[in-house]
Amino acid sequence: MMTDRLDEALHPPHRPAEIVFAVASFAIAVVLALRWGAETTWVAGQPLRRQPGLWPAVAIGGMLAFGTAELLACVGRLRRQGTRGLPAEIAGWMRAVEYLGWFMAYVWLVPLAGYLPATVAFCLLLTARLGYRGGWLWAAAATGAAIVVLFKAILAVRIPGGAAYELFPPAVRNFLVFYL
Amino acid sequence: MQAFATVGRPDVILAMIAGAAGGVTIGAIPGVGPPVAIAILLPATFGMDPIVGLTLLLGIYGSSLYGGAIPAILLNTPGTAVNAMTTYDGWPLTQRGEAPRALGLAYGASFAGGMIAILALAVFAPVLARVAPMFGSREIFLAACLGMVMVVVVHRGRSLAAGALLFFGVFLATVGYEPVRYTARYTFGQSWLSSGVDLIVVVLGLFAIAQALDLLAGRDEAAARPKVEGSILAGVAETLRHGRVAATGSGYGVAMGIIPGVGEFMAQFLSYATARGLSRSPDRFGKGAPEGIVASESANNSVPPAALVPLLALGIPGEELTAMMLSVFYVHNVIPGPALFQTKMDFVYALYLTLAVMNVAALAFVIAFTRPMLRLIAVPTRFLGMGILALSFVGVYSIRNSVTDCAVAAAFGFLGFLLKRLDLPAVPVILGMVLGRIAEEKFRTSLPRIKTPWDWIDRPVAQAIFAAIVLVIGLHLWTLWRDFRRTA
Repeated sequence: MMTDRLDEALHPPHRPAEIVFAVASFAIAVVLALRWGAETTWVAGQPLRRQPGLWPAVAIGGMLAFGTAELLACVGRLRRQGTRGLPAEIAGWMRAVEYLGWFMAYVWLVPLAGYLPATVAFCLLLTARLGYRGGWLWAAAATGAAIVVLFKAILAVRIPGGAAYELFPPAVRNFLVFYL
Repeated sequence: MQAFATVGRPDVILAMIAGAAGGVTIGAIPGVGPPVAIAILLPATFGMDPIVGLTLLLGIYGSSLYGGAIPAILLNTPGTAVNAMTTYDGWPLTQRGEAPRALGLAYGASFAGGMIAILALAVFAPVLARVAPMFGSREIFLAACLGMVMVVVVHRGRSLAAGALLFFGVFLATVGYEPVRYTARYTFGQSWLSSGVDLIVVVLGLFAIAQALDLLAGRDEAAARPKVEGSILAGVAETLRHGRVAATGSGYGVAMGIIPGVGEFMAQFLSYATARGLSRSPDRFGKGAPEGIVASESANNSVPPAALVPLLALGIPGEELTAMMLSVFYVHNVIPGPALFQTKMDFVYALYLTLAVMNVAALAFVIAFTRPMLRLIAVPTRFLGMGILALSFVGVYSIRNSVTDCAVAAAFGFLGFLLKRLDLPAVPVILGMVLGRIAEEKFRTSLPRIKTPWDWIDRPVAQAIFAAIVLVIGLHLWTLWRDFRRTA
């Protein structure tokens, strides 16, 4: 039992959906290889080792070699083990796409509403979307405010003020731009 | 003496306390982990003095392993991936009502591992100072190649995917205008690709955003708040009885930390296997053997100081966290490499001294605040995911206020999420970017001295590294062949 646990920790079983990774990485490598001539410059009169395109070629060559081997290995495993669980796994991936949408909406909102209002709104709304209610919503708002105070007011990271801050009187606006 | 003065500076002391407390706390929360915290904090440290920024990040790196033992022992869920083996004996002890003893053993072993590693490195530093100048461009190029080989080889069972991801990272490092002839490479006519793909953006995507997506898309795993009743200090003292196990574990940690690409997991695996093999009662392992906890925790906590050796001496990071720290060095124009040991030895000693003091601070913090930290363990994982996503924004956006950077980070976040779901490693992408950049630069600077291929290995250090590369590849191929014959 002990040996099984160690073995599983070191070598977790391969998942059927790994074929998606294998196909995608192989396809990307092929596309990049086909674009090598157009996306790098050949300097006349210089040997290959001094060409600017050498290292992209080395990298793409490595991607192709390992990508091909990974693809063949995945196809072999799928033949032996079948594709059970593959659609469910891919459906699970799609759930993450929604949260990427939330993230990009937050990115879009910050320059408009300002860092503090956008962060508090993002934390509150996403927490509500996740199904939390009551005290967790207060905790979400506090988390958002704490993040802004820690990073912008204390650590002074560079995040410009929002367009909405222009609506405030100059003294308040300056405070908001510098600290919130 | 200057090293002591540096460590005594108020801003360094503050960074040590914040790093130790922050690291222990972050480590104690399953699902966050040091890569996420370091990736988010990285841009914030760019405005700090190098020693302050590095102290903060090193504090989080080293101290998180102390905190990671708490959920490993109390919930059978490791706080960081490298505390996994602590669950084997920590959880059975908790089930027997001996949680404080298990925690004390873990803290004591972590402290012993950290201090032994720092001591070994401090003693070793003068040797490094003499050896480091023997590394010229060719040797560093070969060392970067060795690092890349190790990244592929150590991901046994996932070597092909690791290789593809490593070379994808090497490719990413070539995108943009190259520094010698200023010709564009793979910019696809897009101006935002002219300056290349930013390492920090990729790091934040692959580690922070990917982790947030993984938590958000999963189910809530809110654990009931565990109870710890009894003395933790007795467990810390008990570690002394297992001094040989702790010393062996620390030895493995130092060795594995120095070799690029290996890291904590292999160190604790070897340490645990050795402790079990040498034990008079190996059957107790996995059922609550104190030596199991000591072996695991002493090994993993001695890796962070050792991982600084290839970073400081050669400028070559061994894993993702030192790769992140390399960017802090670069931002402050402190270039790690052989010259650092000759010209800034005080800086190196100050770093080691800081690590030692931080170990003491982390031990004190974790003993004093284990019980209050149990509240954090009970935070639902999807709520944590929301927090990490909000923190990821500040990490990416504060670099240059670019929406494009955020979109790129989001794309890498999705890639990292897929890799997590497929049990494939994301680290090779980061190491490919860093080692690929170093390899290309050193390859180009070596060229004027290269007339025939043999010129690459015409010096003893280069020959030794080349022999190591051949040996590692040969051993790997032999192992694959042996496994193939066994299963055929």
